[in-house]
Amino acid sequence: MSAKKITMRVTRYRPEQEDAPTEQAYELEFPDDWVVLDALNYIKDDVDGTLTFRWSCRMGICGSCGMMVNGEPKLTCAAFLRDYYPAEIRVEPLQYFPIIRDLVIDMTDFLHKLKAITPWIVRDEEKPLAEGEYLQTPAQLADYKQFSMCINCMLCYSACPVYGHEPEFIGPAAIALAHRYNLDSRDEGQEARQQVIASSEGIWDCTLVGECTEVCPKRVDPAMAIQRTKVATTTEWAKSMLMPWGKQ
Amino acid sequence: MYEVNKTEPFWWGLFSLGGVVAALFVPIHIIMVGFLSAEAVGYHQMVALVGNPLIKLYLFTLVSLPLFHAAHRLRFALKDLGLKVAGGLLGVFLYGGAVFGTMVAAYIVATLP
Ligand code: SF4
Ligand code: FES
Repeated sequence: MSAKKITMRVTRYRPEQEDAPTEQAYELEFPDDWVVLDALNYIKDDVDGTLTFRWSCRMGICGSCGMMVNGEPKLTCAAFLRDYYPAEIRVEPLQYFPIIRDLVIDMTDFLHKLKAITPWIVRDEEKPLAEGEYLQTPAQLADYKQFSMCINCMLCYSACPVYGHEPEFIGPAAIALAHRYNLDSRDEGQEARQQVIASSEGIWDCTLVGECTEVCPKRVDPAMAIQRTKVATTTEWAKSMLMPWGKQ
Repeated sequence: MYEVNKTEPFWWGLFSLGGVVAALFVPIHIIMVGFLSAEAVGYHQMVALVGNPLIKLYLFTLVSLPLFHAAHRLRFALKDLGLKVAGGLLGVFLYGGAVFGTMVAAYIVATLP
């Protein structure tokens, strides 16, 4: 196998020396099995040690290597160079997030939103340890499993035009995770989560574009989580209108 | 910090019901009325039909709900294009249009022979 040559145009932003992000081109030879992240690591190790980016697992698990590759949000550890060759590849930081340096974005906003939906199992009362674990049937696990696959890579936020226009939007992954815990038979925190996701910044901000689901590397399907939550919330609302004496 | 939105379920409910009507009943209606033999949908048969209060209700629903569906979809399409109209003016205009269309439909259906 002979190595091929490809040009990568990478966003550079060094706040101490420039006011706005610029672009730097690197030309490199690559073997067939290289992904964009391999190329970035090659650049960092052998060409230009100042290039800054996040990564960890190199196998689609940690969710830290998300970047825009030719304008599309991708895990760079899963984006093969050969799929873009012979065209140039443009590598940019995830869009709609503030850039800290080069390809590194500031994820504070996402972390706040994630925390707001209490992404853990909430119990009204914890049962004593002596009573053993909370049992769950395979069917109960299957209910939420898909939504528990999220790796917090934020690709869905970069794909979402609503998030681009309205940064207050709680966004696809956070709502999908709220759905995940709401569906968990062990959880009792639905009411507190509903307060957050049934707000104007929650499900009602979504215009059902569906790009979140398109780009999600873990097939979480946030669009479906949002849609289902809209149906459930509207049904509950209708019930409370028709039967106001029912449970409040 | 976050507050439950109490009006959106109403508009979304109408949007969703309107979607069912627009996707399912409108095509069926078009096929029935548009492709049945001319005798079967002649003037006198039709007048006899719309005299029935259930048919009146059906016609009213057939017109009204898709209007709310359209209003909501249009509001979201404009939002996706980045249009921000202050104070929900866009909603007032679009849903107002649907309410107006609904009133016109109610009037016409009610005054049918
Ligand atoms: S829902 Fe998918 S795209 Fe969004 S953060 Fe989770 S894994 Fe990434
Ligand atoms: S490096 Fe962990 S997901 Fe890509």
